[in-house]
Amino acid sequence: MTEITIDPVTRVEGHLKVTAKVDDKEVKDVECSGVLFRGFEVFLKDRDPRDAQRLTQRICGVCPSAHATAAALALDNAFGIENQITDNGRIIRNLILGCNFLQSHILHFYHLAALDYVDVTAAGGYAGHDPDLQSLRKFLARKHLEPFFPRYEGDYRLSRKQNQKACAHYVQALRVRRKAHEILCVFGGKMPHSMTIVPGGVTTTPSADKITSFLSGLNEIRRFINNVYLPDILMIARTYDDYFAIGKGADRFLSYGVFDLEARCGTPVDRSCFLPQGVMDSSLNRADTDLAKITEEVTHSWYDDQGGNTHPSREKTTPLRGKKQACSWVKSPRYQGKVTEVGPLSRMLAAYVSDHNGAKNIINSVLSEVGAQPSDLLSVCGRHAARAIEAKLIADAMAEWVLQVKPGVPVCVDYQLPDQAEGVGITDAPRGALGHWIKIADKKIANYQLVAPTTWNASPKDAGNNPGPMEQAILGTKVQDENNPYEIVRILRSFDPCLACAVHAVDVKGRNLREYKIS
Amino acid sequence: MDNNCNVQNVQEKHVIWVQAASDSGCSISVLNSVRPEIHSVLFDELVPGHHINLLFQATIMAGQGEQVVSVLDDPVLADTDFLLVVEGAVPFGKNYCSLGEEGGKDISIARRITDLARHAEAVIAVGTCASFGGIFASYPNITQCAGAGELLAKEKINKPLINIPGCPPHPDWFLGTLAHLILFGLPGPEELDELNRPKLFYSQLIHENCPRRAHFDAGRFAKRLSEPYCLYLLGCRGPVTHADCPTRQWNNGVNWCIENNHPCIGCCEPEFPDGTSPFFEKRLDIHAPALRKDTSGRLKAQNTVTAFSGRNTEDGD
Repeated sequence: MTEITIDPVTRVEGHLKVTAKVDDKEVKDVECSGVLFRGFEVFLKDRDPRDAQRLTQRICGVCPSAHATAAALALDNAFGIENQITDNGRIIRNLILGCNFLQSHILHFYHLAALDYVDVTAAGGYAGHDPDLQSLRKFLARKHLEPFFPRYEGDYRLSRKQNQKACAHYVQALRVRRKAHEILCVFGGKMPHSMTIVPGGVTTTPSADKITSFLSGLNEIRRFINNVYLPDILMIARTYDDYFAIGKGADRFLSYGVFDLEARCGTPVDRSCFLPQGVMDSSLNRADTDLAKITEEVTHSWYDDQGGNTHPSREKTTPLRGKKQACSWVKSPRYQGKVTEVGPLSRMLAAYVSDHNGAKNIINSVLSEVGAQPSDLLSVCGRHAARAIEAKLIADAMAEWVLQVKPGVPVCVDYQLPDQAEGVGITDAPRGALGHWIKIADKKIANYQLVAPTTWNASPKDAGNNPGPMEQAILGTKVQDENNPYEIVRILRSFDPCLACAVHAVDVKGRNLREYKIS
Repeated sequence: MDNNCNVQNVQEKHVIWVQAASDSGCSISVLNSVRPEIHSVLFDELVPGHHINLLFQATIMAGQGEQVVSVLDDPVLADTDFLLVVEGAVPFGKNYCSLGEEGGKDISIARRITDLARHAEAVIAVGTCASFGGIFASYPNITQCAGAGELLAKEKINKPLINIPGCPPHPDWFLGTLAHLILFGLPGPEELDELNRPKLFYSQLIHENCPRRAHFDAGRFAKRLSEPYCLYLLGCRGPVTHADCPTRQWNNGVNWCIENNHPCIGCCEPEFPDGTSPFFEKRLDIHAPALRKDTSGRLKAQNTVTAFSGRNTEDGD
């Protein structure tokens, strides 16, 4: 039995550590550990509730708009104005969150995940005229190769030409993800941490020039998704097709739904969304999401069990580092007590089984392109494909939404800050289901709890010793080379984990891994 | 890892970027750089003849685990000129953030930064958290977070320190500072303010260059968010926040906070966020002539134009 520790796991958001026990080249046990604690839930207490959407954005520099959205929805709910949000306010919130999805998905595939599949050294022999590849070639010739080396070696399968093309797309994607932030700012002020989403709506003033400027940038991004991102996903899926059978995780998939198509009324779940809510099992049977079925366990997390192991709205967060049997700052949310995966894959499954027209067509055509079945989506390649498909669906929908924005019509409604109230704000973030729960007393935050997507996916074992979704996806995986466990990091990154400060995965100790070989 | 010119006469400026208690927002903001574009920073020469050799940056680096921690543990660093960039606040409390292991025990980020800072030629604290503690040092601060400067003082490490605050900072503020270091060396005392911020970017108040200043002077104040007037009564911290956002603007010059009808929340200041919140309440009383109240008690403008300079404190009325 060999123990492989990966700490830090890089190219994820936050600090993550992974320890895997490997026997006979197969992972027999694995532990995902979030190694940064920041205490948002603790320091939100006693603050002005209206500050929640500004402060909670700072949880994540990659998906701040999702936290702003969830916080504003929780406040709308607490203030009793959720059914009064104007179309302008709702649509502009959707546009901002949509841009955040596009930025996040493109960044994830090209800048976080692709280096596990693409060999940048192929650009060393480039003889063409693309200025980006010429710069990369010169960079490689200087032999100071950080931050692209060191890396895990052993399984780069693309041809030299495919690698070169992918390297050019890495650079192109840097521009495109930046563009997604730029158009977000048309209505959002600045990014990261945009300044527009507030309880009641948004602050920005829509105008015709902003609409056309947004649309023009969005169309550039749409061209990239259609002509580059989706074809690259197909290329990776065909070349690494064994990864349709690697990395299957939990048996349950959850989506809260995202992009409201009308002002909210009724329960937070019961609303019309562009991407639908739902809970699916691995045979794709679907049921409606029921927030009352969520619990958050802390059995194997560094928190006091007193106040944990209950519904988020009743939970208290008390850090307790050194707690026996605990291994992580990440808690263990469970749905109906079951291990549950969230993210683009869950959303696309929900859309697929809900007969979402656009989603079903694209998913079917991608599957037929690579000769895969819907059940193959529960895999590393499936998660990457779901993310790219979703990017296309959202970008295309945004091009319609932006034309529904009306200059001169209110973007924000007034409200009274209540003395006492409770609110829940749920949405999906780029990485999955996101919920904020707020309790207000004396016009101040009395309790704030949030369950973020990666809390679901990177959760440690629960009270019943059931491993979390990422852990389940790694268990049983064949590791060809314990010094280069690329299978493990490919599985981890397919979830696009966002620990916002807490992960690591390490090699077997004592090997000199810093010999750079350039082909 | 030497500083000799290679065949192409390009000098490598080694940079190690570590993340403590952060949200990676500063890293993402730097990726948004337009002039120069970020791939030019990674591959090309930031200024002619000089390339940034990013030895460690966990958000984008290819490697992971032991193989990248070994970069930080490499004894050759002791004899190498490199810049240490810190993103995020440093938890002084034990075990709230770690990076790598030694003898099976986690190494705290505070010890990592201390060890690296001893050998670095200078420390650049990027973002308000690394500069002053920021959001992760806010009350009750159970993790005992503080800025990198405080850690250096505690460990008695006397190294040049440059603070680039902002939540997040503008990419130009960071890359402009890096370019200055390469072209002209470390900034002299006259080039930094009393909080070690480059005056190039932080010498003026938002209020001094705010396009809504005329509304302030004329007493035209927004009563609710989404109105295109001065946001002072809605909590704007522009009068006490040092940054060039109004003239530089954000994300390729597309927009910025106040232009988007949102009050400045003072994210570049050491008081952020505790001293600059509640964000939507007027907490400043800057006694500006422009804010003299008329006999009816309504805020009214005077003809005098005032400019504020220097650091102003809040009295939190």
